[in-house]
Parts: sequence; structure tokens; C-alpha cells
Amino acid sequence: MEERESAPSAAVAGSSRRGFFQVGICGLGAAIAAALGLPALAYLLMPPKSSRQDSWIEIGGLDRFTAGAPLEVAFRRSRADAWKVVSEKDTAWVVKHADGGVTAFGPQCTHLGCAYHWDDGRQQFLCPCHSSLFRMDGSVISGPAPRPLDRYETKVENGKLMVGRLQLSGESRA
Amino acid sequence: MRRQVESVVAWLEDRTGLPGAVAHFLDEKIPASGGWHQVFGSVAMFLFLTQAFTGILLAFNYAPTPGEAYNSLRYILTEVTGGRLIRGLHHWGASMMIVVVVLHGVQVFVFGAYKKPRETTWILGVTLLLLTLAYGLTGYLLPWDNRAYWGTVVTTKIAASAPLAGPYMTRLLGAAKGVGVVTFARFYSVHVLLLPPATMLLILAHVYLVRRHGVTPQPGDEALPKKPFYPGQVFKDTAAIFVAFAILFTLAVAAKVPLEQLADPTDTTYIPRPEWYFLFLFQTLKFFQGPLEIVGSTILPGLAVLALLAVPFIDRGQMVKVTRRTVAIGFVVLAGIGWSGLTAAAVMSTPHEAVAQVDYSAPTEWIQLSPEEMAGIAYFRDENCAGCHFAGSSLGPDLTRTAVHKDAAWMIRHFKQPAAVRPGSSMPPVALGDAQLNSLAAFLLKLTPENATALADAPDFAARGAVVYQTGHCAACHMVNGVGMKLGPPLNGLAKRQTQSWVDDHFANPQKLSPGSIMPPYQFSAEDKKNLTAYLFSLPE
Repeated sequence: MEERESAPSAAVAGSSRRGFFQVGICGLGAAIAAALGLPALAYLLMPPKSSRQDSWIEIGGLDRFTAGAPLEVAFRRSRADAWKVVSEKDTAWVVKHADGGVTAFGPQCTHLGCAYHWDDGRQQFLCPCHSSLFRMDGSVISGPAPRPLDRYETKVENGKLMVGRLQLSGESRA
Repeated sequence: MRRQVESVVAWLEDRTGLPGAVAHFLDEKIPASGGWHQVFGSVAMFLFLTQAFTGILLAFNYAPTPGEAYNSLRYILTEVTGGRLIRGLHHWGASMMIVVVVLHGVQVFVFGAYKKPRETTWILGVTLLLLTLAYGLTGYLLPWDNRAYWGTVVTTKIAASAPLAGPYMTRLLGAAKGVGVVTFARFYSVHVLLLPPATMLLILAHVYLVRRHGVTPQPGDEALPKKPFYPGQVFKDTAAIFVAFAILFTLAVAAKVPLEQLADPTDTTYIPRPEWYFLFLFQTLKFFQGPLEIVGSTILPGLAVLALLAVPFIDRGQMVKVTRRTVAIGFVVLAGIGWSGLTAAAVMSTPHEAVAQVDYSAPTEWIQLSPEEMAGIAYFRDENCAGCHFAGSSLGPDLTRTAVHKDAAWMIRHFKQPAAVRPGSSMPPVALGDAQLNSLAAFLLKLTPENATALADAPDFAARGAVVYQTGHCAACHMVNGVGMKLGPPLNGLAKRQTQSWVDDHFANPQKLSPGSIMPPYQFSAEDKKNLTAYLFSLPE
């Protein structure tokens, strides 16, 4: 009688002990995996704290530009590429308007990125690659270019023209 | 659900045999005496895997060439999310691994588990210990800061002093012309290409031999029934692994691993120190001078390794109970005392840093501030401004956004009579002189939400040093970070040009050290002089 009773109860004690071990192994293992895995995911997937975004670059006095005569201006900007700061050459086509306002266009055609230039005779921007034509305000006249020229953010401080980031023109050709 | 799992397991068993292999591994029968003292091997293996994991993560953002290495590590520490934690885990994991591997060896040694037929298991274990040390030695160079560079200079010099093999060792380490790009490439490739697969192979062989011969039984085990490895011993191993990991994680979070200045091969004042686990060797070296040096650098360590390898062939007696292995225990105790004594002696003989070290593993925007702005940080701290002004405080506005719409004149009027400029303000007047208020305003104008933490972490010696600089009117002749006059030499890069003691002496008697100088002598208090020099030495070039 006694033996019969003790055998199952020992088995029960043994299996609860076994269960405790199994839960312990899985629980502790999961805790370690989480403590290693979550920081690893953050490390790989979260954006790094952006290092100094150097914003405005002076490209010259306003008096340097004349209304109706677009001028290509070269400047250097430094760009942070993770742990490297790369100094890059960049250019802008600066157009001064009759009212004194200034627009700075990005130097690449919006079709396939060729360098366009100002055609003095036609008074239009002409891309030599596929003959896209743009007006002085950047809008497309003809050719395969899908959208107007991209513009830099600009501001004027103490009579100096400053350019910021290049903003992609959104609107497609009507 | 259960049936589906079973059918998947059955499929896997049929096609690969994997579930059976795992079951076979887990069902290993271990002696009745097995238990907590046998967890160290598993913990060591876990730490090795953790090191591999964090090492791979670091490599994802690390450029393995001198200079770039330093910058990319700084990037990991200051910009990448969780980068500091991952680096902390890798750094402290290295130390923990050495501790655990040694504990594993001590346990095996004390229990006599190396005896026939387990001699080769022991030899592989000693080799794995040496590999662990090799990781430490090669990984030490990879941050490429001053500590890494000068520590490795010592390592390669020791290798060069080896009898006969010296010149070849130097060439093998790529250090024939001093520590340089080739040395770095060799250390890096050994650390990530050579050692990891070697370790994995040796661990595999080591574990295979453990399985082949079984876990070492103790006298008396023959009479007792064996018990399965799973789940009892696996649980003990997991619990020990968890404890080790908790310690490692705490260290990685709480104990900052500094990054020093970029390695500077011309910095002759730098005193290199090895990692703590090599300090005993470093101290041993001091006992052997001149031609005897090789005794301490290569002969003694070489003999020690040979002795370790020979242990199972020297002690060939019968297995006895661990409590009766007094000679083995005595050896361990003696080695422990010797090791601690040497390490303690080395620690005590470590000179204090002459100049306060800047921790480059944190953002260091403060380095770019002018002395006036820097001094403002000291006043900001003295006046306890942050007691009321912090983000989200109801007591005062968040000052990181003040510069946007207030100028210095407004601030100074406000400092003097807070309520006059801002009616209803409960701020007490700031009781400082005009020059100090100017400093405070200059600092606040530089404060932005982006740099607030970095500036709050600016070391105190720099802020104090800048106060001394301002009160001494140094800027009337000298330039720092582009601010000040050019009557005297600009002070950026001073650390490159002069030693600290030269600068100290120069304050007291400028003409003695630089004849013709128009600089008046300064009698600073010891504290002021220390802070000022440390501040000037921390300036960027």
C-alpha cells in the first residue's frame, strides 16, 4: 500500500523538479537572448545620432549676380559620412530675378542627371544629353525631363547669398 | 499542435538525424558527483559566443586601418545607438572570459581531472587559455588610441627580445620598423580571421574529448548511479551563465571604457600600461634588468606554459578525493598569492596621470568652446542654474532654447535683476561680477538642445581651467579656438609642443624658459595651475 503511494509521488516530485529546471533553462536563456538581441537590433536598425549637419554655405555677394543672366557658381560643402567628413565640390545655377529675388538651381538635369547649361542665345537652360529645355524659372519647356529643376534652399544674410540643402522639385510636368 | 510538432521532429529526424543527435548529447550520463563546480566550461563557451556576436556587430561599423579605426570607434561610441553598450560588452567580455577560463582550469587542476586518459583534453584546454590571451593582446591595439599604440609597442619589444626567434617574431608581427600599419593589419587579421576559427576547432575537439572520456568521476562515484546531463546539470550551467552575463551586462552599462587620444607615436611622455590580466607579467619584468631581461620576458613565461602542459605527465597518481589533493590546492593558493602580489605591486606603482585625460568616447563638443564660454560652464555649475532650469522643469525655462530669442545684453540685465526684465520671475539675482556674467551669457548663447548633454558632460578641470584663463586675462595675448589675441603664441596644440612640467615652470618664470618673452610671471595656486594646464593640454590642435 505504502509503496504504491510513494512511487507515484516520487514521480510527481521528480517531474515537478524536471519542470522547474526546464522553465529555468528557457527563462534564463530567453532573458539573455533578449538582453543581447534587443540592443543588437537597435544598434543595427536605429538611425545614428546625426552628426552636425552643416547647413548654410555662403556662395557670394548678391551684387555678383545680374538679373536675367544666370551664373554657375561652384562651392564646397562638407558632408558627414558616418565617421568621415568629406569635402565635396558642388555647383549651383543662380538666377537673379527682376525684383531682386534669387533662385539657386541644382546643377543636374531632372531627366538623367546630366549637367545642363545656360544658352544665352535662346535664353533657356539646355541639357546636352537629351535636349531637355527649361525656362529661367526652372520649369520644363520640352524634352524628356519629367519635372522642373531642383532648387537649393536660399537665404540672404548681410548681402551675401547662402545656399542650404538641395530640395527635389516634386511637381511633374503638367 | 503537439502532433504537428511531433511530425516535424520526425521529419527532421528522418532527413537529418538532428533531433536524435541533440537528445543523445543531452542524455549523456554524468557521475553522481557532478554539479556546480563543473559549470565553468559552459560559461567560458557562452562568453566566447558572446564575444563573437558583439565582435561581429562592432565590425559592422569599424574601419580596420589606423586612424580610421579610431574615428570609426568614436563613431560607434558617440553616434550609433547602443554602440557604447556593444563595445562595453566586448571589452568587459574579454576580461570575463579570461577570468572564467582560468577558473575552469583551476577547477580541473584542483580535482585532478587531467589524469589519464584525459591528458589531451588538458593540453587542448591550456592551448585555449593561450588563445584567449592572444585575443586580449591583439584586440588591445584595435582602438588605435594612445593606450593601444604604446601598449603594443611594449608587446612587440618583448617579442623582439626572445632569444634567437626575436628578429623573426618582430617581422611576423609586422613591427620591424616599429608599430605601424602592417602591425595593425597583422593584429586585426589574427584577431578576427585566425583566432576565431582556431578557437572553434579547438573547442570542438575539447568537447569531443570530454564526451569521449566522460565527465571525470570522483572516487566513490562507481557505487552510485549516474545521472543525465539534462535537465539538472544544464540548468546549473544556464544559471551560472546567467550570473556571468548579469555581471558582464552591469559592467558594460556602469563601467565606462575610456577612449584616449588618437595614437600619437611622437608622444614620448605616455606611460603604457598593459591590461589588468597582464600586469603580473609586466611586474615580473621589472625584476630582471639588462641582459637578464629575457628571463622575465620570455624564459619564465615559456617555462610556465611548459609546466602547465606537463601537469598530467608529472602527476600520474591515482584519483583521490578533492579534499585530499592538498598539494594541488597548495599550488593554486601559492599561484593566487603570487599573482595578486605582483598585480597589486604593479597597480601601486602606476603613476597618476600627469594631465587629466579627456575621455574621447563621449561627445566632446565642449572642446570647441572659447575659454570665455568654457568658464561660463563653471559659473553655471557654481550657481546651480540647472537646479531650476532643465528640460520639463516648472521652476524655470529650459535654457537650451534661450539663445534663439534672447541676446547677451538681455541675459545680463536678467541675471542682475531677474524680475525687472521678466516680471514675476522668482529667480534670485546672480551674484557675480560683470566679467563672469559675460561668460555665463556667452555659454548660454552656445547652448542648444543638440549639444546640451555634451556640454553638461564637459570635465570640471576644463571649466575650472577656463576660469583661471579668464581671470588671468590670458586672452589679451593668446588665442584659443580662434578667440583672443596673437601677441603670444596660440595655445591650441600646446600639448604637442611642450611638456606639462615645462608649462608649469614657464608660468612661474617665463623669461627663464623662453628668453625675450614679454609674458609676466603668474603665481597660481597648485589647484589652479593643475586645472589650467590640463585644460590647455586638452585643446584641439
